[in-house]
Amino acid sequence: MFEVPNITPAIPEIFVFSMACVILVLDLYLSERLRAVSYVLALVTLVGAAFLTLSDFSNTSITTFSGMFVDDAMADVIKLATYVLVFFVFVYSRRYIQERDMYRGEYFVLGLFGVVGMMVMASAGHMLTLYLGLELLALCVYTLVAFQRDSAVATEAAMKYFVLGALASGMLLYGMSMLYGATGSLDIAVVNEAIGHMSADDLILIFGLVFVVVGLAFKLGAVPFHMWIPDVYQGAPTSVTLYIATAPKLAGFAIIMRLLIGGLEDLVASWQDMLIILAVLSIAVGNVIAIAQTNLKRMLAYSTIAHMGYLLLGIISATPNGYSSSLFYILVYAFMSLGTFGIILLMSHAGFEAERLDDFKGLNQRNPFYALLMLILMFSMAGVPPTLGFYAKLSVIQALIDVGLVWLAIVAVLFAVIGAYYYLRVVKLMYFDAPEVDEPIAAGSEMQVFIGANALAMVLLLPWVGNLMAVCAMAIKGLA
Amino acid sequence: MLLESVNLSVAIWLPILGAIAILASGSDANAQRVRWLSLIVAIAEFLITIPLYTRFDKTTAAMQFTEFHTWVPAFNINYSLGIDGIAMPLILLTSFLTIIVVISAWEIIKQRVAQYMAAFLIMEGLMIGVFSALDAILFYVFWEAMLIPMFLIIGIWGGPNRIYASIKFFLYTLLGSLLMLVGFIYLYYQSGNSFSILDYHQLPLALGAQILLFFGFFAAFAVKVPMFPVHTWLPDAHTEAPTGGSVILAAIMLKMGAYGFLRFNLPILPDASHELAGFMITLSLIAIVYIALVALVQEDMKRLIAYSSISHMGFVTLGFFIFNAQGVEGGIIQMISHGFISGALFLCVGVMYDRLHSRDIKDYGGVVHRMPIFAAFMMLFAMANAGLPATSGFVGEFLVIIGAFQANVWFAVAAGTTLVFGAAYTLWMYKRVIFGKIANEKVETLTDVTPREILFLALLAFAVLLMGVWPMPFLDVMHASVDNLLEHVAQSKLP
Repeated sequence: MFEVPNITPAIPEIFVFSMACVILVLDLYLSERLRAVSYVLALVTLVGAAFLTLSDFSNTSITTFSGMFVDDAMADVIKLATYVLVFFVFVYSRRYIQERDMYRGEYFVLGLFGVVGMMVMASAGHMLTLYLGLELLALCVYTLVAFQRDSAVATEAAMKYFVLGALASGMLLYGMSMLYGATGSLDIAVVNEAIGHMSADDLILIFGLVFVVVGLAFKLGAVPFHMWIPDVYQGAPTSVTLYIATAPKLAGFAIIMRLLIGGLEDLVASWQDMLIILAVLSIAVGNVIAIAQTNLKRMLAYSTIAHMGYLLLGIISATPNGYSSSLFYILVYAFMSLGTFGIILLMSHAGFEAERLDDFKGLNQRNPFYALLMLILMFSMAGVPPTLGFYAKLSVIQALIDVGLVWLAIVAVLFAVIGAYYYLRVVKLMYFDAPEVDEPIAAGSEMQVFIGANALAMVLLLPWVGNLMAVCAMAIKGLA
Repeated sequence: MLLESVNLSVAIWLPILGAIAILASGSDANAQRVRWLSLIVAIAEFLITIPLYTRFDKTTAAMQFTEFHTWVPAFNINYSLGIDGIAMPLILLTSFLTIIVVISAWEIIKQRVAQYMAAFLIMEGLMIGVFSALDAILFYVFWEAMLIPMFLIIGIWGGPNRIYASIKFFLYTLLGSLLMLVGFIYLYYQSGNSFSILDYHQLPLALGAQILLFFGFFAAFAVKVPMFPVHTWLPDAHTEAPTGGSVILAAIMLKMGAYGFLRFNLPILPDASHELAGFMITLSLIAIVYIALVALVQEDMKRLIAYSSISHMGFVTLGFFIFNAQGVEGGIIQMISHGFISGALFLCVGVMYDRLHSRDIKDYGGVVHRMPIFAAFMMLFAMANAGLPATSGFVGEFLVIIGAFQANVWFAVAAGTTLVFGAAYTLWMYKRVIFGKIANEKVETLTDVTPREILFLALLAFAVLLMGVWPMPFLDVMHASVDNLLEHVAQSKLP
């Protein structure tokens, strides 16, 4: 008997997908002058999706499409943050892509399809759904990286990204097939159920788990599976780096939660050890190698690797408290990263990429306000109070100490000090050095407002940091 | 009543909001307006903190002017403020010295005036926050946030080697503070999910845990004090910082380390404090004697005063870890007095530096012939630094030495040598710089202090003398709190 599935939980996905298709077609008929229509429509799509998700927001978990699609509080929180992040990404990118002949409808369409991919990842109840979302996102991003067709660097980055990304997807799929062999299902809830009746030392399960973790670590960029991150971050057009460095991290967190916590929770003893190794290596390698960089985008790539290590710390603690601290961490990180790459976009202009560290010399003399914003972002990245970045680090370290992993907390703290050095160096360049060029920084007014709000939020949201953490805790509670 | 309940928050946020207004409105084009605005904010802030003294209840050791708002319920972090007799004088010291710093920078800082003034005002608010926080995380936030403006002050307006000094300063203190944070989180779980500092005072802890926590806190506070052997950032930071930065650094930021020992190590970890008292006293005595000898051979005036600061702060920590009322009270008096004296000496060097752009002793000589009024002021501060009776420097050192005598005669003897060495390095520097023949044609061109300079020197001279001849107002307010603290230290908290 055929039953029509309940499509209401998936309405935001359907909406974004349809709108992306509409923009794709409409854009064919738009002249160059009217390109702004695609841009505005893309923004409207995100706002509309936010309304749809909010109107449907609830604490209860609803599954549909025979358990392939889950709509719970964590998915909704991640989706909402994704809309906001991508909205900012589009606003920040606009002038940059205009100046580089990338201002085309496809840019926004690919961005929106990527959003659909991330939404599907956040709501995946089945390993195939999860894989579908992951690949949809990945294909969009590969294309975006190569969007500047005549740039050799970007093409090389896209190639690397594609090859390594395909390899990672293969690993993940292989791991999933092992799990399927062991449990007889790809439905995450069923897998979880089946593992509960099996021995946690089952060889095939562990085998599958290893491949799944490797695949996830690849996607997240945790050491030793991080090689693609610096090249892609540096090679991609900055507006695309901005896209990669923000929302997909949230989706990555979501699939970790779905797979490791939702599906493989009973194997916690095994994956906890693997994640500890990944986390310690990421924090150490990321923070130390970042010191040696002279290219800001590359430095931020290594900083991302380190931040992914901190993100894993909360998951390692394997408590709801730890998961919610990781969610909080990744949310804060995504917005810091958004602001930082936003400033690079702001400083760039036609024919000039502000991606060398030296390009930030004397920024305080050129424009004190932008220097202040970057200062806040850098201290937030370093985890220095009173910025949100501090609370993010505090919460994951607290989760670790809660479960008695004090040594890991101390390692994390020591590397945070090493990490502080290269963030401080940016502040030093901006405030203590004389500028190399003295031309004023041109920026659109909408960009100024958004980037100002983005960076100042790292400090101004302080009184409500408790509420933000409560939202994260609620999102995680719905999961359990 | 209403005013009473909002006082501390206003004292913390007024200068910070003032600083934001100055940053938003000020530029070098209207520097004069920025200066006046900063002065108004600083004076208003001082007036706000005065009621903290006049309305202070001297008879109780309980926290006063308390405020409480929940902040992060998930981790039980609260916006909890309150002060006792130990914190209150330090808050007044902070707001008093900020006025001096603003006046001292008046014509000297010409570039990025708004940022300079704003940095000091923000720092003032944060420092008052440190002294009044009753929640460990709130304390930590203020404590760390302070690093940011200080880092910028040293790095932007500092001397030739400022970049090295500022980064060294930042990383040194950050490392220490983060270990303290780990300690706080450990206490959070031990105390059943509380970050309240006052709860920690009642918390039983095993000796092993106490000792580990002691070293965690020690890492943060000893770096700030700074104690031997983690003092090496201070001479660099001081030498390179602008005058105002040196004043705030020496007068208040160093006191925070000492305050941390009083607020955390002694009452929360009494058994570890007793266990490690010998260690702390040894480090303090090394600082007092050895660093005084190091100060003797310095050729840079600011470096000399920086080493003298370390030596004098050794007195403070010595006083705390002999666990008697004279020692602790003497230590606190020494903290305040050293705030005035070291601030004044750095300002004196600043006055000369503004004229000759040199801090080297050898570039000076015979300054008294050209700057007699200045020489008189500097004489007073040099004498106070050497611990001359009737100046504030005497009271603290005298009390600590009395306290040390009760604990162990040899401590007192070792500490007493500072009266000799302190006099030696201060007065020898004074002699070489101020007296003698006019050393070179640059000194020949010196002009005496301006009314603005007289104003801030006179304010400090008044404070140093007042505290020297009539220390009772300062001692009175802290009696109850110190007695209460000593009761805590005397009680074992082993489970």
